[in-house]
Amino acid sequence: MNGVHDMGGMHGMGPVTPEANEPVFHEPWEGRVFALNRTTGALGKWNIDASRHARERIPPTDYLRMSYYEKWLAGLLMLLEERGVVSRAELESGRARPEAAKARPSLTADQVPAVVADRGRFDRPVNQPPRFAVGQAVRTKKINPTGHTRLPRYARGAVGIVDRIHGAHVFPDSNAHFRGEHPQHLYSVRFAARELWGAEAAPRDSVYVDLWESYLDAV
Amino acid sequence: MDHDHQEAPSDPALRVMALESLLVEKGLVDPAALDALIDTYEHKIGPRNGARVVARAWVDPEYKKRLLADATSAIAELGYEGGQGAHMVVVENTLQCHNLVVCTLCSCYPWPVLGLPPVWYKSAPYRSRAVIDPRGVLREFGLEISEEVEIRVWDSTSEMRYLVLPERPAGTEQMTEDELTTLVTRDAMIGMAKVTLTGGAR
Repeated sequence: MNGVHDMGGMHGMGPVTPEANEPVFHEPWEGRVFALNRTTGALGKWNIDASRHARERIPPTDYLRMSYYEKWLAGLLMLLEERGVVSRAELESGRARPEAAKARPSLTADQVPAVVADRGRFDRPVNQPPRFAVGQAVRTKKINPTGHTRLPRYARGAVGIVDRIHGAHVFPDSNAHFRGEHPQHLYSVRFAARELWGAEAAPRDSVYVDLWESYLDAV
Repeated sequence: MDHDHQEAPSDPALRVMALESLLVEKGLVDPAALDALIDTYEHKIGPRNGARVVARAWVDPEYKKRLLADATSAIAELGYEGGQGAHMVVVENTLQCHNLVVCTLCSCYPWPVLGLPPVWYKSAPYRSRAVIDPRGVLREFGLEISEEVEIRVWDSTSEMRYLVLPERPAGTEQMTEDELTTLVTRDAMIGMAKVTLTGGAR
């Protein structure tokens, strides 16, 4: 979707301001939101692409106003309700439905080290060989899907060169909507900065974007 | 008392507390697991991990070769693997080339080697500008990159995670791997700083 989350190339956002001695979490609640996302993720009711897409669906004015972990909270609340883990009434009252059966936690403290160390791979075996080769010129499609996509607006309709082939990976555009993993070959494509941004860009600079095969056409 | 029209608390701290207590009441969440996760990312996983990878690559040419060819396996050799690091790529800074990592669409970042990202990395200014104005962003961090040097910006749009292998600074030839590790900063492994003999706060 052409949301405000797709920020590459936007102007007016101000300077980048690093913070000295920055803590991992600025407030205890930020750590709780982070950890609640990890533990409820282990329920298996959604996937990482769906959680990204939930945060993308935060209304743009809220998205820009919210802090990072406020966005995580908003996205988590969306998923919990949409995936039927908690009801709107429960969220509003803060109490479980009295008749609801008590669940078992998806993640216990003793399981945390193993879960943190788990890579959780995204590559999948596929039968088809990659359609494009390293060094080949490709053009990204001009698409404007209303759902989730990982083809940023700034890289649409642009010509680049395949730099690496990462293997076949889960396709976020379908996985985010629970329509299956449909793995596709994933490429690192190098775009000259001038191809993306015009003649004022530095002549030697480039941007590398990881792109799934169906985003690309041969040139 | 009628609570039907009570406003939901707007303070995120209160809202999170309410959500946690609901999920615990439903039996879905173990509060001790939350504590363990927070402790892990506050104290156990952070940029010291990445610094060890960099220092090893500086002192061991065979390791560096493996790291650039298959970063996921080479990093796992040092015991670092996990969520948000499933598929790693290490990109090397040279005299001709400076690398910079961003996630324009969200906040993708290699957790097992760098920990959780700083606020600036996840901020709208960095996400919007790193791809269109990398030199301007670097200048704000005090780094002027010569026009002769090629800048490569890596936008983390997939589950591939990128780590910059910074240049080893001159004057460190006698230093041990452990000493080198103390010089390598988080920002240098994102590509927003060079490694210096004095290290750095970030």
